[in-house]
Amino acid sequence: MSNTEAYKGGRPVYIVDGARTPFLKARGKPGPFKAADLAVAAGKALLVRQPFAPETLDEVILGCIIPGPDEANIARVVSLRLGCGKKVPAWTVQRNCGSGMQSVDCAALNIAHGRSELVLAGGTEAMSHAPVLWSEAMVAFLGEWSRARSIPAKLGVLARLRPAHLKPVIGLILGLSDPVVGLSMGETAEELAYRFGISRPQMDAYALESHRRLALAQDEGRLTEIAPLYDSRGNVYERDEGLRRDVDMASLARLKPVFDRPFGNVTAGNSSQITDGAAWLLLASREAVDKYGLKVLGRIVDNEWAGVEPAQMGLGPVHAMAPILKRQGLKTEDIDFWEINEAFAVQVLACMAAWQSADYCRTELGYTAPFGAIDRNRLNVDGGAVALGHPVGCSGARIVLHLLHLLQRNQARRGMASMCIGGGQGGAMLIERGEG
Amino acid sequence: MMANDQVSYRHWRPEQDSEGIVWLTLDRADSGTNALSREVLEELALLLDNFAGSPPRGVVIRSGKTNGFIAGADVHEFTRITSHAEALELIQRGQSILTKIEQLPVPTVAMISGFCLGGGLELALACRYRIAASTPETKLGAPEVQLGIHPGFGGTVRLTRLLGPVAALDLMLTGRAIDGRKAKQLGLVDYAVPERQLVNAARATILHPPTPKRPGLLQRLPGTAPLRPLLAWYLRRSVASKAALQHYPAPYALIDLWQRYSGNLATMYLEEARSVATLITSSTARNLLRVFFLQERLKTEGRGADFKPRYVHLIGGGTMGGDIAAWCVLQGFHVTIQDLDHGRLAKVVQRAAGLFKKKLRSPRLVQAALDRLIPDRDGAGIGRADVVIEAIFEDADAKRALYRQIEPRLRPDALLATNTSSIPLEELGQALTRPGRLVGLHFFNPVAKMQLVEVVAAAGTDPAMVARAMAFVGAIKRLPLPVKSSPGFLVNRILLPYLLEAVAMEMEGIPASAIDRAAVEFGMPMGPILLADTVGLDICLSVARILARHYPIEVPKRLEELVAAGRLGRKSGHGFYDYKNQQPVMPSGKAASPLSELAERLILRLLNEAVACLRERVVADGELLDAGVIFGTGFAPFYGGPLHYLQTKGPEALRQRLDDYAMRYGSRFTADQGWADLIAAGKGGA
Repeated sequence: MSNTEAYKGGRPVYIVDGARTPFLKARGKPGPFKAADLAVAAGKALLVRQPFAPETLDEVILGCIIPGPDEANIARVVSLRLGCGKKVPAWTVQRNCGSGMQSVDCAALNIAHGRSELVLAGGTEAMSHAPVLWSEAMVAFLGEWSRARSIPAKLGVLARLRPAHLKPVIGLILGLSDPVVGLSMGETAEELAYRFGISRPQMDAYALESHRRLALAQDEGRLTEIAPLYDSRGNVYERDEGLRRDVDMASLARLKPVFDRPFGNVTAGNSSQITDGAAWLLLASREAVDKYGLKVLGRIVDNEWAGVEPAQMGLGPVHAMAPILKRQGLKTEDIDFWEINEAFAVQVLACMAAWQSADYCRTELGYTAPFGAIDRNRLNVDGGAVALGHPVGCSGARIVLHLLHLLQRNQARRGMASMCIGGGQGGAMLIERGEG
Repeated sequence: MMANDQVSYRHWRPEQDSEGIVWLTLDRADSGTNALSREVLEELALLLDNFAGSPPRGVVIRSGKTNGFIAGADVHEFTRITSHAEALELIQRGQSILTKIEQLPVPTVAMISGFCLGGGLELALACRYRIAASTPETKLGAPEVQLGIHPGFGGTVRLTRLLGPVAALDLMLTGRAIDGRKAKQLGLVDYAVPERQLVNAARATILHPPTPKRPGLLQRLPGTAPLRPLLAWYLRRSVASKAALQHYPAPYALIDLWQRYSGNLATMYLEEARSVATLITSSTARNLLRVFFLQERLKTEGRGADFKPRYVHLIGGGTMGGDIAAWCVLQGFHVTIQDLDHGRLAKVVQRAAGLFKKKLRSPRLVQAALDRLIPDRDGAGIGRADVVIEAIFEDADAKRALYRQIEPRLRPDALLATNTSSIPLEELGQALTRPGRLVGLHFFNPVAKMQLVEVVAAAGTDPAMVARAMAFVGAIKRLPLPVKSSPGFLVNRILLPYLLEAVAMEMEGIPASAIDRAAVEFGMPMGPILLADTVGLDICLSVARILARHYPIEVPKRLEELVAAGRLGRKSGHGFYDYKNQQPVMPSGKAASPLSELAERLILRLLNEAVACLRERVVADGELLDAGVIFGTGFAPFYGGPLHYLQTKGPEALRQRLDDYAMRYGSRFTADQGWADLIAAGKGGA
């Protein structure tokens, strides 16, 4: 073991396997699987093919932003349902859209520093199950109602009930808004379009390409990381449902802006989709790899979390990826494949613009020179969240998993996975194929 | 100090606490399960008599066993009853001892956790209060009808008094067991509490006895004299749809007893005892008891080897594969099921979900079961499994090719089994480098209903693997029947001539519905024609063809024609019958000859094949043969099995009938040479 393989000052960390569910498009009502169901389905397909029993895991870490009210510490719920047994501890992490990558980082750190040998880490999200809530006024009313004992008291409380009390609060809309700067995620994307002068046709063209790439990946059977989902009604789900094979520039152009009505540019067509899905990675120390004879997919080289202006949260990847390249002494062209999560088409385009902007790199990052342009043919080569969806707590794990498969398929060496995070952050992870 | 302390008891442990409550623990010596043997009851009588001088503050009766309260009367003692008078004496003694509990002048509590069945429930009913644990393991019931009798220790009186006639008779007529919560709802127990509160609840009930519960007016109403005949009529009608009077007299006797005597409790105790004494000495009860012991024997067969499997892998997502997988999951196993077709796997999950919902009810348990079922297109589970069961289509080449492919991936100690229904193991084992590891596990359709599994071994099969297979079948709560590898094994081989005879009769112009009615009147659960339609005519044909290669069987043209025409039975909507909403449309038709003659013709074929199987030692002995045919085909249990029936009727007479039929219908009725041995054995024994 050479020192250069060490992760964050500790032991090297390997990823030995992974699996995800197909991503199911939310259709305006709760989907067939809850967040825990999704994680269990992908997890059991993954664990059943391992040479060790599920009880052998040292811990289970799961990212999730909106677990159901009956899924407190959803990681533990899932771990027990997976048959990992009572002795395997499990915990849930939340860094908004970075949750799925946060769990991988936590697992990697615990392995690097000798706390764990074998960890199941991933992310899950059932956005279609996001809660619909009563307003605070209604909750207060219900509280008073239950305290009122006599009939006159009840009538008195009832008299204060107003129609507005009954208006539901959509949890998902609140979750996708930044409470500090008062902008929805879509509005932060419009900010980026304005700042970098990115046009509607540019966004739509990017989105169209995302669909085209996913279609090709499906047709060529490249998405081997997917484990099918089975519901109890006799249905099987084998593919990501967000893909629109019939989409073209004209149909994208017809869509109305969702966030800055009526003059904005960010539409449902050039944004990521509201989706349900789960993804897992299996992380191991050198000792665990040897003990169980595991096949190594790749090694985690470096990881970075960065804070940015919340109103321009979409630029997070630039701030997370840059320090990694600096630390590792790498240039843009040293990275074979890039996975930058497509929260919005314009947001990825803005990251690419900032990446190669001398002005941006100097003023925002303090670097004397910009980075070289990221080759679009090495970025999100099998499509991204615009086409297959963005189950928020899951996507971070999904892009790392897919990157590993990409490196494997192309016998390439280095891959960078990165994502923007609502609230103004960025996360990035550098991985290398094989044992590095 | 109580007088009790000086006496030592074998089965009961009385302990008086500082508050004066006597905790009476039944911990039957020499047995893992509490049953009310004569000795246990007499000891109880002694204990209760000793209370007479200085009654304690209260008495709590509880079990010292972890598996349950009391499983019932000691059925082994039933077999020793030789006369009506003896039976009556035994029953009345039991009644009088339980009445001693009822007559104690202090509060009495039955503290129930686990099973509380039959005589155990009757004992609990004699207590003033019953407190049950709310665990799913707690089961209360009166299953006596399943043994051809009804409650006899005052249960018919006390249960009716406690619940009103509708609920009480329902429990006694169906024999079903209910859990603690349901028992609380019905009023059968006073409280259903978590295990941890049982002692507190019993103590509090003795110290502050509440008014004992009685049924409301509405529950009592159907038992009033004017309404009693109406309810009795209704109950007789619903019983008749399930069990015929001439085959199963017990439920009818129970309804009679209640209708005639429930107005006068003192007489009802006596009449209850008389009724049970009559039933218990009848051939139905004796045969049902025999079936019970056969079942116990098969259960014991499944308890041998020290094999604790956890992971099961099924190959083949058809109906059988899927249903075996679902059943194993239901019994707590983790199961992977392999099929190349995602759609078939999806149907497996769907059907399994239906079974889990029906059996488990609680959504949490259903979810846990679904979590244990893993659709596995790529066969990832093969290398992990303790048990691998192949359930693909009946094609020896395909099966052999599969074994070659999977053998290198199997764990060395894994059990490899095939669910083939007719192909001899020797033909399949050739494909393996270790042919001795292959065992047959032949399940019956529908898996969730049919208790029997034939465990098939060939001459070269590794005995250790057979032992594992038996243990596995026991672990999934099915009854393992060890059979020799020969075409059709035991059950299909015996059943097929009976089915083919029915087809031959139908070809002669006897209406299918008449044939089926004849078999049902004989006591079969379903007529042979309807059974063939239900199994699938294509499957019947395929089994017939395979068996025809080994035995002198003629495959009827009619069967081939129907299959060729796509009339495959219930599943295709048409077979011998037409189906509407999965139900057969039965045309009315009369047979020229009486039904008993039709039944005789069918049954003789079955008996003749049974004799052949016994002679060839397809199973080790006649008991196992009877057990296999009863639990594998539903063969009229009140006859005690085909060989037992044969012995009852007399082998010589039956052999004569066979010869008569052979004259009329030809060689398929030629008596097997095994008859001679049976006749000789009968004479030798006489």
